[in-house]
Amino acid sequence: MKAPLSWLKDYVDIDVPVSVVTEKLFGCGFEVEEVTDTGKDISGIVVGEVTECEPVEGTHLHVCKVDCGSLGTFQICCGADNVAVGIKAPVALVGATVYATSKDHTTIEGVQTIKRGKLRGFESCGMLCSGTELGLNEDLYPGAGYNGLLLLPADTPVGEDVKPIVGLDDIIFDISITANRPDCQSIFGIAREIAAALNKPLRYPDISYTAHKGDWQQIKITDEAPDLCPRYIGHYVADVKIGQSPAWIKRRLALCGIRSISNIVDITNFVLLELGQPMHSFDLSTLEGREIVIRRAKDGEKIVTLDGNEFTLCHDNLVICDGEKPCALAGIMGGLNSEIKDTTNEVLFETAKFARDNIRKTSRSLGQHSDSSALYEKGVYEYTTEMASKRSLHLVEQLGCGTVTDMRVDVTTPYSRLESKTMTASISGINALLGIEVPAEAMEDILTRLCFKVERDGDILNLTVPRYREDIDLEPDIAEEVIRLYGYDHITGTFLPTATITNGGFTDEQKAKNRMKTILVGHGLYEVTTYSFYSPKDLDMLHYPADAPERQAIRIINPISEDLSIMRKTMAPSMVNVAVRNLRRGNMQGRVFELARVYIPKELPIKDYPGERDHLSLCQWGPFGFFELKGICEDIADALNVRFDYKPSEKPFTHPGKSADIFCNDTLVGYIGMISPTIMDELTIDREIGIAELDYTALKDMAKPFVYKPLPKFPVITRDLALLCAKSVTCAEVEDVIRTSCKYVTDVKMFDLYEGIQVGIGKKSMAFNITFTPTDKALDDDADRMVKRILNNLKQKLDIDLRY
Amino acid sequence: MDEKEVVSQDTLKDIEEIDKQVEESVQGVDSTRSLNEARNRFLSKAGAISALMKNMRNIPPEQRPSVGKLFNALRERTEARFKALEEILKNSELQKKLEAEKLDVTMPGISAPWGAYHPNTLVVNDLVSIFSGMGFEVFEGPEIENDYYNFTALNTPADHPARDMQDTFYISDELLLRTQTSAGQIRVMENKKPPIKILSPGKVYRSDDDATHSPMFSQMEGLVVDRGITLCDLKGMLDEFARKMFGPEVKTRLRPSYFPFTEPSVEVDVSCFACGGKGCRLCKGTGWIEVLGAGMVNRHVLEGCGIGDEYTGFAFGMGIERIAMLKYGINNMKLLFEGDTRFSKQFKG
Repeated sequence: MKAPLSWLKDYVDIDVPVSVVTEKLFGCGFEVEEVTDTGKDISGIVVGEVTECEPVEGTHLHVCKVDCGSLGTFQICCGADNVAVGIKAPVALVGATVYATSKDHTTIEGVQTIKRGKLRGFESCGMLCSGTELGLNEDLYPGAGYNGLLLLPADTPVGEDVKPIVGLDDIIFDISITANRPDCQSIFGIAREIAAALNKPLRYPDISYTAHKGDWQQIKITDEAPDLCPRYIGHYVADVKIGQSPAWIKRRLALCGIRSISNIVDITNFVLLELGQPMHSFDLSTLEGREIVIRRAKDGEKIVTLDGNEFTLCHDNLVICDGEKPCALAGIMGGLNSEIKDTTNEVLFETAKFARDNIRKTSRSLGQHSDSSALYEKGVYEYTTEMASKRSLHLVEQLGCGTVTDMRVDVTTPYSRLESKTMTASISGINALLGIEVPAEAMEDILTRLCFKVERDGDILNLTVPRYREDIDLEPDIAEEVIRLYGYDHITGTFLPTATITNGGFTDEQKAKNRMKTILVGHGLYEVTTYSFYSPKDLDMLHYPADAPERQAIRIINPISEDLSIMRKTMAPSMVNVAVRNLRRGNMQGRVFELARVYIPKELPIKDYPGERDHLSLCQWGPFGFFELKGICEDIADALNVRFDYKPSEKPFTHPGKSADIFCNDTLVGYIGMISPTIMDELTIDREIGIAELDYTALKDMAKPFVYKPLPKFPVITRDLALLCAKSVTCAEVEDVIRTSCKYVTDVKMFDLYEGIQVGIGKKSMAFNITFTPTDKALDDDADRMVKRILNNLKQKLDIDLRY
Repeated sequence: MDEKEVVSQDTLKDIEEIDKQVEESVQGVDSTRSLNEARNRFLSKAGAISALMKNMRNIPPEQRPSVGKLFNALRERTEARFKALEEILKNSELQKKLEAEKLDVTMPGISAPWGAYHPNTLVVNDLVSIFSGMGFEVFEGPEIENDYYNFTALNTPADHPARDMQDTFYISDELLLRTQTSAGQIRVMENKKPPIKILSPGKVYRSDDDATHSPMFSQMEGLVVDRGITLCDLKGMLDEFARKMFGPEVKTRLRPSYFPFTEPSVEVDVSCFACGGKGCRLCKGTGWIEVLGAGMVNRHVLEGCGIGDEYTGFAFGMGIERIAMLKYGINNMKLLFEGDTRFSKQFKG
C-alpha cells in the first residue's frame, strides 16, 4: 500500500527522518518494502525566466537568454512552441539530470545529464524543461501534461530549486500490511499507527458538512441480503456540477497511482485511499424509481460494468439494483447504465460494508477486480463506512461541486456492528504470555496511544477497543499490541524453565526411511525431489492407454496449468522426465531415486481422504542395463531382509523383453523395466533409460527384522555347476529346482551365461554357484550325493544336463 | 705334528682347486636359477664337494681327521659364499621387481562413488537432530487435508482474509492440498495432551509459480504446548536453533507479524551469517535474514483441540527449501525440483 509522506503529514506531525519512520513502522509490524523519492532522478533544476527569445531562421528553435537569479543568466536553445519572453520554466543547468524522452517528447527513455552544447551553431548552456522531462504529468502538476515547456506561475522566484515547487520532493512509502490489519489499508490508517509509534497526536480528517433541507424527492433503499451487506448508506447530492478536481486532489490520486476522472469520481477514489473505504457514485437520474435494492443476482441476470465488460451473474453474486435492474456489481464495480457523465446533475453516494468472502468469491469467479474489491476482500469495518460517507460529503462542499442534501438513508441490519467492543485483560496474564515484566504504566500508555480506552483496576485492564480494530479479541491480542510498541527487543531468550522433559527424535518408520536413503546414496544414486503433480500428457508420453488405472487420478480443481493438474499415482513419468531432462542437458549418465508419496483415490470424484502411499522409485540412464537396475532392487530387498521375485511382464512404456513385475511374499510390490525403443524414438533419446518403482508402504510392513544366527559349526561347501538347457528355461526356474532339491542349499547364484555354436542352437549354458550350509553334521562326501540329486531333479523337471 | 704334513699335497691341491672353481662359477651367477645351478655343482649330493668327500676312504686313516676338518671347512666356506651371494641376488631381484611394479600414484583411484541426498533431506535431518535434542518428536500428517485441519481449526474461517495469503489447490469442496504443515498441529493436539513437543516436516502446496515460489515445497513445523510457556521460551529455543544451524555467532530477532493461528505472531530473522550483520548481498544490506514465522499458539486453536487455558504454547514454521538455499547458497529454487545430476552431485556431504 502506497502512502505519500506529504499526505501522512495531514494527520500527524512527522518531524523525524524518513529512516526513523521506516524503522518505527517495521518495529510495530509494518514492513516498508520500498521508499521512493518522487524526484530521485531529477537534480539541478532551477526556476528560470526567459528574458530574450530570438527565433533561429529556418528552424523551430529559439535562442533564449534565461535569467536564473543569483546563478546567472544563460544562453539556451529551445525548440518548444510555447517559449516566449517573460515566461518562467524549469531550467536544467549543465550537470543537471532529467529524464530523456523519445522523439514524441512524451515517452521516458531513461535519465540524461545535461551538457553544454551547440545547436545550429548557437551555444546552449542548459535546457528548458517540459513536465515529462521532470517525470511529471498533468495530474501531478497542472500544466505538466503540455507537450512543450512546463510553465511555472509568474510569481515563482527565479533561481529557486524547482523540485519543492512542483512536488518532486515527496517520499512515497510502499508498506506491506498484514491480513489482520485492514484498518491500515489507508493513508489515515497508517498515519494512526505512525502517531502511536512516534507518540504524537493524531489529527482526524474533517467530516463536517451541512445537510441542506429541501423538497427532495424521497430515495428508497432496501437491503434484501443483510448477510452480504450488513450496512448501506446512501446520500443524495443535488445540483452537481461535474468538472475537474482541484490540483491537490489530482496530485494525491496520481501519487498513489490513480488517474483523475472528474470531481465526483475523484472524491470517491480520494476517500478510498484516505480511509480505505470503497465508495460508489450513481447518476441518480438513471436509477429507476429513485430506488436502490441490494439483493442476490438472479441466475442468468446480466450486467455491463463501467469498463464495458458484460457478466452473466448467478445467485451467489451480490448486485446493487434500481427499481428494475442491476446497476452495480456490489463492491467490485459500478454499472455502465448508471455511471457519472459530464451531464450528471444529481448523485447518490454509496458507502457500504459488504461481506468480504462474498466479494472475493464473486471477484474470482467473474475474474473482475478493482481497487474496491481488493479492499473489501481484505475487510472493511463499519467504523470507516460511516466516517467515509461523511468525509465524501465534506469534500463535495469543499470542492463546491454539489449541494449536500439531508436525504440520507442509513440501512443498518442485525449484521451491523455499531457498538465498541469492551473487554478485560490482566497485566499478569499479558506478562505471563510474554515472559517479561512490562510495567502496568507502560501498558496503559501504549494502549492509550493505540486509541484504546483504558481503565486499570489493580491487575485488570478494562478496555474499550477502537471500532476499527475488529481483529482484537482476546488477552493475547492485547499482549501483542503491548509488545509491538514496547519493543520485541525486550524479549530475551529463556529455555523452557517450566516445561516437562520429553524424549524426542525420529520414529522407527522415519529411521527406516532414512536408512533406505543412506543405502541408495551409498550405491551411488542421487536423491531427487519432483512435483507430486503432473500432466495427463506425461501419461501420454509413456503410452498409458485411455483406460489405464494410472489415469484414474485425483485432479486439482484449480491447477496453475494443465501441466501440474493431476496427483500422481505412479512416479514413472516423473522419473522419465528427470532422465530426459538430464540427457538433454548433456548429463549422459546418471542414477537417481526418489522416496515420495503417490495419491490413490478411493473413488472419483473424490469424497474421502485418498490413500497416500510412499513409493520408492529408481531411475538410471546411460551405460547401465537392466541388471544394474535389478541389482539395486536386490540390495533393497536385502536391506528389508526380504526376497523379491521377478516375473516377466510389460508396462505400456517398457521394452517387452526387458521388464518384470516385482513380487514379495507373492504380493505385487512394483515393477522394473527398460523404456521401450518406441518411446526412446519419440523422445529422441539414444541412451537406455531404466525405471523401477516399489510400493514402499507395502514393503515396510513386509520387512523382517534381522535375527542373529550363530555361525555354522561346520564349514560351508560350495560347488559350481555348468548346466546345459533349452534357451527358454529361466534362471529362476533353475534356481527354484536347486533350492527345493536339498535343504542344505542356502545360496544359489548364477554367475555365467553362454550361448553359441558350442552348446548348440536353441540351447544355452548357465553356470551356478551353490552354497551348502550344513546344520547338524559336516557334509564332506555328502555334497557329491546332493549335487547328484540336484542334477537328477534338473534333468527330470527341466531337461537340464551337466555340461562337461 | 703339523697337519699339513699329515695331509697330502694332492688333497690340498684338490681343495684349492675347488675354491678356485667356486670363485669362478660365482662370477657367472646373475639369477636365482644360475645360483642354484652353481650351488648344486658344488653342494648337492652329486656335487664336487661330496665327490671329494667320497674319496675319504682312499685317505690313510691317520690323515682322515685332519682331512675331514679341511673338507668340512671347505663345505662351510662354500655354503657361506653362496648364501651371501643369494642374499645379494635376492636383494637385487627385489629391487628389479619393485622397480617394474612402480605405479604412477597420481593416476585416478578406482571407486564406487557415493550418490548424494537431496538438500532438503540434509536440512530436515539437521533440523530434526537439533530439535530432537530438545525433546521434539517427529510427526508427519497427510498432504491431502480437509478444510478443517488446514484452515478452520487454525483459526482461519471461510471468510478470513488470511486464506488469500495462500492460494490453495482444491481437489474437492472439502479436500485440498495442504498449504502449511501447521495442519499437522491440530492432529497432534487432538490426540495427545500436553506436554507436547513435535516437529512436523513435509510437503505443502500453494498456487504460486515464479522465480522464488514453487507450487510444491517443504516446511517444518514445530509446536510446544505445556504449562507456563512464554514468548521468551520461543526466543530462547530459536536462538539455540539459529546457533546450531547457522553458526555460534548468529543471533535472532523477533518482529511483529500475523498468522491466524498464533497471537502474538512474529517473523524471525537471523543475523546474516555471511557478513556477520554488517550488510551484504545475501541479506540485501540489512544484516538480517528472514528465516521463519512463529508465535504463541492462538487460544482459539488450543480451545478447539480441547486444551485448557492452564496451558500455553508456541509454534514456528519454516520453509525447508529456503533454509537449504540460504545454507548452501543455492540461487534458484527450481534447481531443487529438476533432478539435474550436476546439481545433485554437489551435496555429497
